[in-house]
Formats: sequence, structure tokens, C-alpha cells
Amino acid sequence: MNSLVVSDVTLAFGGLYALSDVNLTIQAGLITSIIGPNGAGKTSILNCISGFYHPTRGAIRFGDRVLTRASPHQVSSWGIARAFQNIELFRGMTVLDNLMLARHRKLDYRIWHAFVYMGRASRQEAINRAIVEEIIDFMELEPYRKQIVGSLSYGVQKRVEVARALTLEPQLLLLDEPMAGMNIEEKEDMVRFVLDIQKERHTTVVLVEHDLGVVMDISDQIYVLDFGQLIGSGRPEEVARDPKVIEAYIGEN
Amino acid sequence: MANRESLLEYTIPQLLRWRVDETGERVALREKEFGIWRSLTWNQYYEKVRRAALGLGAIGLERGQTIALITDNIPEMLIVAIGAQSLGAISAGIYQSSLPHEIADILNYIEASLVFCDDQEQVDKLLEVRAKIPRVRKVVYEDPRGMRGYRDDDWFVFIDDLYQLGQAAEGNDASLFDHLISQGRPDDVCHLCLTSGTTGLPKGAMMTHRNYINMGLRITEADYLAPTDEYMSFLPFAWIGEQMNSFGVALATGITINFPESVETIMSDLKEIGPHFMFGAPRIYETIRSQIWLRIDETYWLNRKCYHYFMGIGERAAAFRMTGRKMPLGLKLLSWLGTTLVFTPLINQLGLLRLRRAYTGGAALGPELFTFYQAIGVNLKQIYGQTEITGIAYMHRDGDVRPDTVGMPLPGTECRISEKGEILSRSASVCAGYFKLPDKTRELLEDGWLHSGDAGYIDEHGHLVVIDRVSDVMHTRQGLMFSPMFLENKLKFSPYIKEAVIFGNRQDFVAALINIDPVIVGKWAEDRRISFTTFMDLSQKTEVADLIRQEILSINARVEKDHFKIRRYAILYKLLDVDDGELTKTGKIRREFVQNRYQSLYDALYDPAVEHKKVSATYQYQDGQTTTVETEMQFYTVAEK
Repeated sequence: MNSLVVSDVTLAFGGLYALSDVNLTIQAGLITSIIGPNGAGKTSILNCISGFYHPTRGAIRFGDRVLTRASPHQVSSWGIARAFQNIELFRGMTVLDNLMLARHRKLDYRIWHAFVYMGRASRQEAINRAIVEEIIDFMELEPYRKQIVGSLSYGVQKRVEVARALTLEPQLLLLDEPMAGMNIEEKEDMVRFVLDIQKERHTTVVLVEHDLGVVMDISDQIYVLDFGQLIGSGRPEEVARDPKVIEAYIGEN
Repeated sequence: MANRESLLEYTIPQLLRWRVDETGERVALREKEFGIWRSLTWNQYYEKVRRAALGLGAIGLERGQTIALITDNIPEMLIVAIGAQSLGAISAGIYQSSLPHEIADILNYIEASLVFCDDQEQVDKLLEVRAKIPRVRKVVYEDPRGMRGYRDDDWFVFIDDLYQLGQAAEGNDASLFDHLISQGRPDDVCHLCLTSGTTGLPKGAMMTHRNYINMGLRITEADYLAPTDEYMSFLPFAWIGEQMNSFGVALATGITINFPESVETIMSDLKEIGPHFMFGAPRIYETIRSQIWLRIDETYWLNRKCYHYFMGIGERAAAFRMTGRKMPLGLKLLSWLGTTLVFTPLINQLGLLRLRRAYTGGAALGPELFTFYQAIGVNLKQIYGQTEITGIAYMHRDGDVRPDTVGMPLPGTECRISEKGEILSRSASVCAGYFKLPDKTRELLEDGWLHSGDAGYIDEHGHLVVIDRVSDVMHTRQGLMFSPMFLENKLKFSPYIKEAVIFGNRQDFVAALINIDPVIVGKWAEDRRISFTTFMDLSQKTEVADLIRQEILSINARVEKDHFKIRRYAILYKLLDVDDGELTKTGKIRREFVQNRYQSLYDALYDPAVEHKKVSATYQYQDGQTTTVETEMQFYTVAEK
């Protein structure tokens, strides 16, 4: 598996620096969390990794590949998937259709195959469905398979959002606040899903999350951002003791 | 059929082997997995049972030992249970919702040496009490999800490894398994069914192979099932109802058992399968009806109009159908139209279209629910029985469904009422007694009859009417027997009455203390522009008292015996509550406590001269403060019609 290395990345919007000289290493197979107060640049980092933004300076590498100037669809084809903070699903479609559609990049049949729906088209759709069903089972979405996404509760929609990212069978999964707005029980479920994604699907997880309890519990490595700068990093217990981190979160002590 | 009777000489595993010879390529089990219904033929079923049995043998399960199963409904629950039975071992189901310490107590009581769990949730419970269950040598699990941390612990065995062990144990001796199951005798104990004790530990009823197979044969003697029929397994495996169907009925008839994808998808899986018969507790039928009501409420006006019009027709037609009487031609025509236009599409939406019979048991079901289901074309019938008789002793017959009764004895079941009024039964399905409880067994099977502990009587149609637990039955001053629960249930079937307490032990007549339903009576009062402030105020309104009087009058008009009639009643100014100690945790009335607490009301009920009485009620707020409210409570005498 590949590690993701972010070196000296700076992201500037005119004179405003969203990220300044950020260095981080996401080690393969672990859960790495990026935390920080609002506006610290957490989502900006995810946007740079997934190709929505291109860093003004610096480089991002995933194994041998250079992501610095890659487009989002390239990044996703290289094994990096992302679940969004604001759920990005087709609200008028069923859960199943959303997940099937998310795999359209993995299909390579032509329109005339689709018309007759024999041979290649039906074969590929069947394989696709099997993979999607495996993910439905994994994320425990069976009761919602045929339901319209817009009619589901927020907690379930979040699960569908993560499932959508998983359908790409990523090596590295970017999770942007998967637990925001959830109640305790939904959070516990989601934590279990994140751990299972790491351990049973052997996927590297990058977690951006505000709930520090969750972050401290499940992360192997934590990076702390504040005003676009990296102010601390290490294992959870190290970060929790770091005076700079405490100051950024609680103010002066 | 002589052929059918001969099945009684088989054990469950032997009957499975016989099925394989008869209909080996037919589908026996079907499970929805990854969105697809996957089938197992009888051949494959048998093959899996064989491997599971030999695997269980390989990890040390021996004849006479017990294996407990804590699992949702999955094919493996049958494969492992019958596998264990093939070795002459005894299976036992434990409710999935049981708490860890309860599981530990049960495992120790039944002396389980192995446990089968479906997933990590149950495995974790066992881990919590591992020190308390030294007898348990191995735990077999089915779903590897989340089990990565336990892989190095040899207490656990993954089911696929169990199958491989079985395969290896067989080696070259293909007759090993055949030889094993041939040693079984139909009267061997094969399963322990835990009955829910109201106090203390559950008792394990010792069920034999013959108990189940006999039940399967007798049910289908009354209500025929074809081998191509479908059954949906969603009752808890620990409940006799599920074992009765998946051991007894399925093996005796060769029907297909379908397993839902998950507990949450039962309703949609039901729709996909379209079972031919189903069993359930009253709650499931109440849930389905609420769903129908909800959808009718949401549909467009024409649909709604049609539904309500034909519902009226349907109910009238149901009254004829339930009693087997001939319908007048006009009604028949309208009823046919309603079925075609409204009810067939409606029950098809729910997956109940192919349902020939639906059975309810376990608790009382409101008569209007029977009428409702019969009206929409679902043949809902009552069964009565207990774990100790493999589920069913009495059952309604088609065209003879009387909502107040539980029907007639099942074929092959002898039934009588003892002098004390207790319901006694005798059949080949009566269990062998309670596990390790000889005293209780003696009480249960005194004089060769199964003592149900329920009081009842046979009505003029030959139907059994169940009254109450014998221990709860009351007697009037004249010594006439009546059941408070029986009357309370009748009262509670009224939508306006939420709770009712019946008095009358050693009194001249029966009296009732009523709790009105605050929401429904509140709405009723609003619709009639009756103004009220609090629940206390509403409960003492004359109009409300008249409403309740009408309900009581209609019950009085329908009860079988004169001394059942409710003569005096009052409406309580507060709701009976668990926190006040008036109800148990499961919502049953704590009779003595209530009577002591409301002694002055009780006295007033039995003093016909009293029409109203000042009462003061003390309330305690959550912060500990108390307040006292005074009100005038009204007492009413119900006039004879």
C-alpha cells in the first residue's frame, strides 16, 4: 500500500493563505486524523489531496504518483476516494442507484452494448452490483437499499455518503467530518464502521473530525492545524499534552 | 395418510435424511444475502448438517450434552441445531436480547458445553461473563465481522472451520454420519425450550423429536400445506413458535423456509417472498394494520373513499365468512368488487396476497383486529397452547373464527377442563418435563395431563375460552368464578380505555376502576366542543362518564355469564404508572398494590349509596417537591338494560 506525502504545501487565494508550508505523511494502513479549530485549513488540505484545489506551492505524492496538479477524476482513479462533509448524493435517487452510479468509472461498455444489454454490459453491471451489495452489507444499509436518499435520516445519509466513497474500492479514504450532527448512538456506529474500514477492508483512513473524543480514541496519528499552519503532530496522547494544541483549542491557559 | 403417520417414528435428523431421498433437489432453505435470495436444496441442507454435526463432534460435543444458540434467524441456526441433534446432543435457544448475566445463568442451568453465536454482539456478551461459565468449552460464531481481535483465542471457532473439521473427521468413512443419526430414537430429548418465567430463571422444557414432528403433522392435518409453500422465519428461535415451524412443520411437509436479510428488512422481505402461512404475536398484526392505516391516510381521496366504503362491506362480509354462514347475493357481489378493486392490491403491497392462513398467539388480540384482517381477505386465526405442548393445543378452524375464543383442539389432542377450571391437555406433543426440575415436572404432568395453569371453559360451540391464569382468578361472594384479566382485556379493546382494574373478589358484584386514554378521549372531547383543562378535569366530565358507560354496557351485553357484568365504575383521576409502582415493568397491573393505594375508592365502589367523594391526590415532582390536589370523584352504577 502507498503512503501519502504532503510536502511544503501552500495554498493561497490572492493574499489569503489557507495553508502555509504544511508537511504531513499519511502512513499506509493507519487512521490519521487532521484536527484544528474552524477555518484552520482542514478541508483545504483534503481539497488539495483530492484535486479540487491545486496547491500554490509544494507537492503531494501518493506512492509514485504526483497529485499536485492532478484532476479529481485522476485522483479517484488512483485509489483515493472521499466522503464529503456536506452530503454529496443524488437526493432524488435510491441508495442503490447512487452507489451503482458511483462506480460508473469502472464500467467500460459502450452505448450500443447498453441498448442490447447483453454480453459485456450485463456482465459488468452484474459484477458492479455484486460489489455494491457487498458494500451495502458492510455499511448495513440493507433496509434502505430501495429508498430515496432524500427521505432518509441525516445519520443514514452520512452512511450512504461513506458507502458511496467505498464503492470505488479506494486504498485511501478521505472522511470529512463523518460524525458531524450525529447523536451518540449514530456516532458509535460510525466509529465502528471507520475501524472496520481500516482493519477489514485494509484501507488507509484520513479523518477530519471535530469530536475530539472520537479522534483521540481511534487515531494512530494526529496532525493539528491552526490558521493554515501545522502546529502539532504525533500520537493521540502526545498531541493531547502539547501546549500549543491546547492553546489553539481552549485559548490562553 | 399412512405414509404421514410413519413419520412419527423418525428423529428430526432422520426425517431430514428421508426428505433428501424424497425431494432432494427441491429448495429447503432460502436466505437473502447481498440482495439476492440464495437457495439451499434439501441435499445441500443435509450436507451442511452432516458437516456441522461431525465438526461439533470433533470439537467435543457428545451425546446428551447441550449446545446453546444465541442467534438471529439464519440458516445456520437450523444447521447447527440439527447437527447437534444428529449426535444425540441437545440444542437450546436463548433470546438475542438477553443480558450477559442472564445468558450466564441460563448457560449454567442448562449445563451448556458449547455456544453458537451469530455475530460479535453476542460473542461480546459471552466474553463479559466468561469467568462465570467454565462449562462452556467452545463458542462457534457465524459472522466474522469484527472478530479480528479474537482470532488467536482458541475458545472461538469460525463456522467455516467447523465445517472443515467435519469434513476431515469423516475422512474416508462415508457411513459415519449415517450410523450416528441411526442411533437416535424419536422419544429422545432433542431441544430445551426455555419458557419465560415471570419470576426468576426460565424453565427448560425438554422437547423430543416426536413432539415437534407430531406438531408439524397435526397442524397440517387441520390446515393443509403443500410442499411448494413458502414460510418466512422471523420469530425468535428461542420461542417455541419458530421451532414448531422450522423443525416440525417444515420437515413434516417439505415447505421452504425463508430467512430475512436482516431484522430491519423483514417487512420488505415478506413482500418479496409472499408466504403461504405465518405465525406471529398480536403485535405484528397491530403493526401491519397501522401501516395500512398510515398509507390509506396518505393516499389520494379516491383511493381513500374506496377503501372506507369497501371496508364497511368487507367487515359485514367477514362476519358471514368467520361463522361459515351464507352471504346474501348483494353483499356477495359488493364483497367481490371490494376484494378485486381494493383489498387484493392492498394485501399484495404487503406481501400477504398468497397467505392462506395467519395465526396469532401468545397474548389476547382485539376482536376488531380479527374482523379487520378477515375483511381485507387475510384469514387470521387464533391459536392457544404453551411451550410444553410444542406450541398449539387449540386452534380456530377455517370458517369458524370466533374472536372471543381460541378455537377447537388440534387433531390428536385431548383436552378437558379440570374441576378447578384449569385447562388440561394430552397429546404426543407434550414435552418430557422440565430440565433438572423434577418437582416442577411432577406438577406440570400430574396424572398424565399437561397442566396449563390457565383457567378456561368450553362454550356452546365447542370452542375453548381462555379466562386467565388460575392463580389470578377471583370468586364472587356467591362463589362464582370470574377473571379480572379477561374483563380488563375486554375493556381495553375499547379505544377510549387505556387501562382498567377489575375488583370483585368476595364481593356481590364486579366493579371497575377505569383509566381513559388521554389522547383519544381528549380528541373526542375536542371534536364535541367539551372544554377541559387537565387530565383530572377531563376524567370527571359527565360526557366522558357516559361514553365509558356505553362501552361497559356493550361489554355487559356480550359477556357469557351474568356475574361477569360490571355493575359499578369510576374513572380514575390519574393514569396508572410504572414509576408509581402501580404497574410492573412490562405494563401489568399490580393488583394488590393498586387496591391498597386506592382503598377509599374501592370502598366507595362497593357502597352503592356513594355517588361522589372528595379525594386528594399527592403528586411528587422530579425535584422531590410534592403538591396536593383535591378533586371530586364520581362513582356510577350501571343500570341493567
